Formats: sequence, structure tokens, C-alpha cells
Amino acid sequence: MPLDEGVRPLAPSLSVDLRRPGEGSDPFPQQAPGEPEPDGPIWRGSAFHTDAWARPADGELLPDSPVILSKARWLAERDGLAGRNAPLGLQIEPGEAIDDLAADLGRFALIALSFPKFADGRAFSTARLLRDKHGFTGELRAVGAVLSDQIPYMRRVGFDTYAVTHGPTRRALVEGRIAEVTLHYQPSTADEPPAGTRPWHRRSGE
Amino acid sequence: MYRYDEFDATFVRQRVAQFRDQVARRVSGELNEDEFKPLRLRNGVYLQLHAYMLRIAVPYGTLSSRQMRKLAHIARVYDRGYGHFTTRQNLQFNWPRLSDIPDILDELADVEMHAIQTSGNCIRNVTADHFAGATADEVADPRPYAEIIRQWSSLHPEFSFLPRKFKVAVIASEHDRAAMKLHDIGLHLKRLDGGGLGFAVWVGGGMGRTPLIAKLIRDDLPEEDLLTYLEAILRIYNLHGRRDNIYKARIKILVDALGIEAVAAQVEEEWLRIRDGALKLPEAEIRRIETYFAPPAFDERPPKAAVRAPVSHDGRAFDRWVARNTHAHKQPGYAIVTISLKPIGGIPGDASAEQMDAIADLAERYSFDEVRVTHEQNLVLPHVRLGDLREVYRALKAIGLAEANAGLVTDIIACPGLDYCALANARSIPIAQRISERLAARQDQIGDLKIKISGCINACGHHHVGHIGILGVEKRGEEHYQLLLGGSGAEDAALGAISGPGFGPDGIVDAVEKVVERYLELRAGPDEPFLAAYARLGDAPFKEALYAA
Repeated sequence: MPLDEGVRPLAPSLSVDLRRPGEGSDPFPQQAPGEPEPDGPIWRGSAFHTDAWARPADGELLPDSPVILSKARWLAERDGLAGRNAPLGLQIEPGEAIDDLAADLGRFALIALSFPKFADGRAFSTARLLRDKHGFTGELRAVGAVLSDQIPYMRRVGFDTYAVTHGPTRRALVEGRIAEVTLHYQPSTADEPPAGTRPWHRRSGE
Repeated sequence: MYRYDEFDATFVRQRVAQFRDQVARRVSGELNEDEFKPLRLRNGVYLQLHAYMLRIAVPYGTLSSRQMRKLAHIARVYDRGYGHFTTRQNLQFNWPRLSDIPDILDELADVEMHAIQTSGNCIRNVTADHFAGATADEVADPRPYAEIIRQWSSLHPEFSFLPRKFKVAVIASEHDRAAMKLHDIGLHLKRLDGGGLGFAVWVGGGMGRTPLIAKLIRDDLPEEDLLTYLEAILRIYNLHGRRDNIYKARIKILVDALGIEAVAAQVEEEWLRIRDGALKLPEAEIRRIETYFAPPAFDERPPKAAVRAPVSHDGRAFDRWVARNTHAHKQPGYAIVTISLKPIGGIPGDASAEQMDAIADLAERYSFDEVRVTHEQNLVLPHVRLGDLREVYRALKAIGLAEANAGLVTDIIACPGLDYCALANARSIPIAQRISERLAARQDQIGDLKIKISGCINACGHHHVGHIGILGVEKRGEEHYQLLLGGSGAEDAALGAISGPGFGPDGIVDAVEKVVERYLELRAGPDEPFLAAYARLGDAPFKEALYAA
């Protein structure tokens, strides 16, 4: 069916600050935040950045710089990687468990959670478990199908960086046009609603 | 009933602004249909056979007169003068223009309504017993809990991209009027052993192409643990529900595959971790939400003149209507009135703007400003004084909605079917109309008998749980109908069994008549309803009536 015309002008756009509470301009100074770069792949805070992390294929030789490993490679090479000083990252695919890695999570400066499709929301729960259950405090990165309308949800469950390839989403981020509902009925990982707006949330804010 | 505070109002307005932006991006081409689809679905906008369809949430089926008048207004201004009440206690408009929808949503926000999560793979609008807060047989009003769930589930950041849609129903009576056991989660509010209120929690029910009745996962959940327990169930489902096949993605498939014990063990482990977290409901908060649903100021000594008042020319018809379409109220001197949206030969669930306005007037005048929507596609005036019943009856008669058929064979559930729906294989509405016409004269004689009709395997018309169910399918390019017998969506939940070979559009009406006539021949007496007779007799005599040469 043809789209009909006559849509009214945009409502005032609701800008959203994607920094997590308490986060400065450089949340992981000792880690590998990348440099501000308008064409960079990683959205962090309020700008695109270069990606300081390499994602070598399983079996490929590891450089002496930040790398993101698959879970399979980490499990296979864990002992050999024990003495490594360059930062380590881990990428978790939907369906891969994290509970069996609980003792290892402190080794990772970054965990990337994959969204193979827009509609595959498993990583939202994995993110919450990483933050709330396992106390992971490193960088949590969304990779894959990262679209503008998901980003506020991603932020709320604990993500702080986003590998964004979708052109309109990149533009919307740069122009501050992520339309978001800024009031929340449920506590989450990244932020709590203002005290007093929902009494059962007040508890968590106290 | 619940009233928005500033927080709720701002939340809904922001959501409308967000969707207005998304519609603009779709119209400009920035979003393609694949990208727009999950966004519009989260706002209740479907693309149907002929037009967009907007599904508006009626949380737990409760409407005020003002809200009903707004729905009538929208029907007149933006649609074709009518709306369709659905089996999920919602209202659908079948002909809105996409570019009008943000304006419609703004109009709805004016009366504290929205279309959030009436579609999409998220936690859908929460349903409840349509007699809640009025019926004599409830332990407490279940709607405060439904409202708490509505708030918690609204734009939930973790559960907005679930494997599949997720439906929750809440009841508070041993009589299940909400088909609770056919939901992803069914909650049965009851008095726990310790004296407090809590829930029996049922999980994994659903219809569709793999109908399953929910299993009991926990029998004694204290009310304070409601949201933590739901969050644990949803988290396990979000992580482990299948995503490779949309027909196997509902939680019922996970429960069926793993077994209820294994699912319960996983849920329990997660729940124990979060039980005392931020979602634990303070008792004061539950009681605060309850105050919104406090009983209205009933007249403690209503006039005695009432049901058996002087006989007028409509005396017998009125008595029939009172007998069929009223239900015992918890408050002496009051009744619950079912407004049948099933006039003989009519379209089940449809109401015109004029009818909506008239019902809003009746609610305002006679029912403390409240209307309910039932999952059986009728409306309810929950609090009517016995002395006002005759006036209500006459007013309903004037708008063509005084059919005394609640629960009878002409009170048929039917999905929109191939007349509207892009998923349907066959029409539902004309079949309902023909059956209604065929059996109307005998409906009182036949007694309680629920017919439910779906136009495809997705089962929006609840055919699996009809005492007589009808499923439309396509067979060699023709509309074809399977007949199911013996289902129930009530507390005795059961799935109907296919009777045998199906029928064409005319044959299915004859087939229903044959089943009904065989029932009338064989029943022990007028007090043995169809479902009881079927349980006693088995399917053999009915199959013989249908298929013997």
C-alpha cells in the first residue's frame, strides 16, 4: 500500500545523553577507548570514535594490542593467555552462556554482545546478567544490528558503546535525534527513575 | 479506576512524539518497511489486507464513559464510524490512514489511553476478569495487579524484543472468565494459607497452531513477589525461548520441551537472586494502587422495586434479558449487566460510534461511569442498580443491543477473518452471522453453548476452546472449515478435538446445526448443558450425526 502523505512536522526531538551516570568523557582511561573520529565505527558517550579493538578470527595470531576473542577461543586458550598484558575482550553470541565464565569475567576490559538481527533480543538479558548478577564493570559493547530505536533500551540494560553501521542511525546519533521516552516504569541497570515517581522504585533509589 | 498522574501522562505523550517521528521517517523513506514494521507493531499498527489497522489497548478491559466517547469520536472522524472489540479486550479500528495515526494517538492520550504493546514481540496489554471489582465470587479486585503489571511491562528495556508475543491474564475467582490458562502467564489471585493475598502462577498456555493449556509453576506466590517472579520468568524465556521458528517461539513450546519442572527450577534460581531487589512490591504501594479501584459509592438501600416490577409490553423479553445478561453483584441491590455485541446476524464485537456514545451515556448514568470489554467481545456495565435494569434494557433495545443471548449459541466469538486480516485463510464473520441466524429461534432451548470461530490457525477466535470450535483453512483455493468439539476456555480448560473431515462455507453451518440437534436429542434434560453432555456421551454420536450417510 502506498504511504499516505501529509505527516505533520516532527515533534520536538527528545535528545538523549548516552553516557551512563557518573561517566565522564573518558569512562575507561586505562583501557582502549579509541580516539574521537566522525567516521569511526564506535559510538561512545556523545561522539563516534575509532575502534581500538581488533577482532581476530579464531586461529589468527594475536597482536600485542587490544583484541576481542570468541568464547570458544577463550576457553581453548585460557591458560596460554594468562600472562598477556594487552587488554582482552570477549564477544558473546546469543545463546552462549556466561555463567560458566563467571570466574573469568574480571579478565576482560570489554565484552561485546552480538545482535545478529534487530529482532533478536537475547543480549538484552545477557547484558543485565553481566551487570547485575556478575558485577561486570568493564565496557559493554553492542555489535551487529544496532538501530536507533533500540539504543535507549540498550543503554538502560547496561551497554555503553555501540558499533553502528546503519547510516540513518549514525546520522540520528550525531544530530541528537534519538527519539526516546525518558520516563521509565521499571528499574534497570543503567539508571533509576527519579525518586518519588514510582514508589516501588524509590526503594532502589535510596 | 486508574487515573494517570503527571508521570503516566508525560510517558504516553513522549511515546506519541516518538512514534510521530518514526512515521515521518517511514514516509520520508529513511526507514524501509522492514525497519518500520517492528516500530509500528509496538504501537499497535498493523498492515492488513486493505488498510492499516490500529489496535488500542483497553487495559484489563476497563473504560470510562469519557474514554468510550473518545473511541466513538475517533471512529467517526478517522475511521468509518465503527470499531471492533477483540478477544483481548482491545478495540481495533480497521481503516485509519497511517498519517493520521499519530493524531489519533494524541487524541487517545487526552483520555489516558494508548496503543502501546498491543502488538509486537513484547508483553502485550494485560487482560483481566471483565467482572472484576463487581462480581460476588472474587477474593479481591484483580485489576490493581494488572495495572502494576501494565506499568512494569511498559517499554521494558529488556523484554521488548522477546522471541514472540507474551500475554498475561489475571483473575481472582474460581470461575475463570478470562481464559487465564490459555495465556503465556495466567495469574489467579487467591487467599494464601497465611492469610495474605497471593497468586497461583500458570505458565505456558496458548492457542495458535500448537494449543497448550498452561501448567502450574507456583501455587503460593506472595503478592509482594509478583514482579520479581514475572521478571524471572521473562528473563528465562528471553534467553532460552526458540527464535529459529516463529511457530515454536512462544513460552508454551519451551515449557513443553523442557518440562514444567525444569523451567520452574531455572525460574526459581533466578527469582531467588532478585527476589529482594528493586522490584519487590512494598505493601503500601499495592494498597495505593488499589485505592484507584475502590468500589464506587453504592446506594446501601436501593429501592426494592426492580426485577419483577410491573409487567409491560416488553415484560417477557425483559425477563429473558435479565435472566441471561445479568450476573450476581457483590453489592446487594446491584447487578452486572452484559451488553451483547452479538445481535442476531450481526458482526461479533462491532459497535458503531452511535452505539458507543449511547453506552457511554448509560455507564455514566447507571454504572458509576464504568464500562468493561470482555474477551468474548461483549461489553459490560459492572454496577447497575436492580431498579435501573428496565431503563437500561430499554435504552439498549433502542440501539439494537438488547439481545438476551450472553453465553448462548448466538453469542459467538469470531476473529476478523479474511474480510480484514492479512493472515486469514477463510472468512469468519459470515459464518458467525449464518450460524446466529440459523439457531436464533432455538437458542433458549439449547442453553449454554459457546461457539468460537477463527479464520486461520493463529486462533484469534479461540476455536480450540469453543464448546464448538470452527477453524477456517484454505483447501485447493477454497475456504474450508474444520469443526472441533468439546473445548473450554474456562476453569475446566480443555482443547477441542477435530470432528473429522471439514466442510465448505454452507456445509459448516449445517454441520453445527446437526451437532446441536443431536445434543438436543441426547441430553439428559434441559439442565445438562452441551459440554456436560459431550463429556458424558463422547464424540461418537456427534460424529455419526455429522458423517453417517
